[in-house]
Amino acid sequence: MKQLQFGKILIYLLLIVGAITMVFPFFWMFISSLKTAAEVNTTPPTLWPSILTFDNFIYAFETAPFARYFLNSVIVAFFNVVLTGITTILAAFAFSRLKFPGKEVLFSLLLSLMMIPFEMLIITNYTTIADLGLIDTLSAMIIPFTSSIFYTYILRNFFQSIPDSLYHSARIDGASNWKYLWKIMVPIAKPAIITILLLNAISSWNAFMWPMLVTNTTNNRTLPFGLYAFISESGVRYEVLMAASTIVILPMVILFLFMRKSIVSSVAQGGTKG
Amino acid sequence: MKKFIKRDIDKPKLTIRTFLEPLLFLAPFLIGIIIFTVYPFINVLLISFQEGYNFLSQQFLSYGLENYRMIFQDENFINSLKNTGIYMFTVVPISTALAIIIAVLLNQKIKFNGVFQTAYFLPMVTSVTAVGLVWKWMYNFDYGIINYLLTLFNVDAINWLNDPKYNMPALIIYGIWSILPFTIILLLSGLQNINEQYYVAARADGAKPFRIFRRITVPLLAPTIGLVLIINIINTSKVFDELFPLFNGRPGSAYSLYTVVYYLYDMFYVKWELGPAAASATILFILVFILTMIQLFIQRKWSNY
Repeated sequence: MKQLQFGKILIYLLLIVGAITMVFPFFWMFISSLKTAAEVNTTPPTLWPSILTFDNFIYAFETAPFARYFLNSVIVAFFNVVLTGITTILAAFAFSRLKFPGKEVLFSLLLSLMMIPFEMLIITNYTTIADLGLIDTLSAMIIPFTSSIFYTYILRNFFQSIPDSLYHSARIDGASNWKYLWKIMVPIAKPAIITILLLNAISSWNAFMWPMLVTNTTNNRTLPFGLYAFISESGVRYEVLMAASTIVILPMVILFLFMRKSIVSSVAQGGTKG
Repeated sequence: MKKFIKRDIDKPKLTIRTFLEPLLFLAPFLIGIIIFTVYPFINVLLISFQEGYNFLSQQFLSYGLENYRMIFQDENFINSLKNTGIYMFTVVPISTALAIIIAVLLNQKIKFNGVFQTAYFLPMVTSVTAVGLVWKWMYNFDYGIINYLLTLFNVDAINWLNDPKYNMPALIIYGIWSILPFTIILLLSGLQNINEQYYVAARADGAKPFRIFRRITVPLLAPTIGLVLIINIINTSKVFDELFPLFNGRPGSAYSLYTVVYYLYDMFYVKWELGPAAASATILFILVFILTMIQLFIQRKWSNY
């Protein structure tokens, strides 16, 4: 019995040490953002600010258009989620419910396309976006990402788990495929659809490379690239940089606190991040 | 009646309607895939074999292997392969080993499981750029918290980000931290799929916890571990975003930390050398392709259990 107690204590101890290590960067970011410039640059570092100040946040918002970046990020994420959501639902329905020649061949062909790393495609996609005259617009960050094979794959699997009998009885009642999809399938698949939209929103919010390539002017930056550009604009003032990082990270932290279970289960299901 | 309906729905005759309807459902999806995945994929392969490409006129002289010859003679590209390899083969094994321990601990009957999970998984949803800046601050030579902690243990302060010798370790530590949540989640779900009865039987036989871990947990978790290793190797082969916040957009403080994707970005976006950029992109694809084949092979082999 005594050994069992010791084991339990050891488990908690290890878990706590690990958890502190994982969360520490976030804690340190937030604490540093609340310190004055003088206190940030002292040794030994203080674990809690002796003078609490929100000036760094005000300074960040005043020197760089973070409000604008924030709005851009929201707009881009919103359209990414809505457009990808629509194309994914329609395609997943066709692949799970409709019959047409070459369905299986087409689907496995699409799955094999998932191997292509997006980084490989930037060269030509950049040229395409330039030819469309979309360089330095918000559309440039939306249009290339309206279709996702990975999300379609996940949703198709979910759709396939909905019993056939439901479909047949709906068809007997005279419902069209279109009506059946939106009135019956989508409501049933709501949890799966929500997790797909969540994953999509997170990856859109955090995207760095592509937004960096296709935006030139301050007005069209999204948060991560805006934050990166802020280093050269503000000089390296860590208390301000940490305030700016907090602005970028906070929405995702809040989202995660509320939606942890569905995010985690969808990551566990999907395996790859797409 | 029933027979008739079943045939009607399951085996439609190939009429305009049965052909057009699926097409309409698929069109919005397929258009995006064709324009932004299929076409650029083929196009990049072609560009990688075009010699003497002129970006302005979009014309080239001939097809050949010149671009590949060029990048394999480029010290930076050789370096990028080496660095990507070092990064993959340190970050992946270390993070997997740590993740196995953490996943096993999280899988015990413990209180505050939700709190622990939140703490361990949080880095997964946060921006690489923003978190990278935080690490840059923690790595700071004069006032960074990491060097302060080292001095507590009587270790000299390390110039993580400005001494080329320590650039790679700095990138690796940050990389391990950021890949851990994803790795733990996959392993934890693998653990939860192990039938509880194995443990009940082992405990009834009086097996010690470590023996249970070695004889039951590890073998039954092996397929998941294999899968996690390959997925993470593929993901780490694309290391790029992490370099920007840490080294101000440069590949390490002395330009010695090129990675394959950084090389591709540099050739394409900084130097506008499309041919070599496309060739390095193709090499990246071949790398990922081989790794994915290995992954599929492992999955198929192990799914027999």
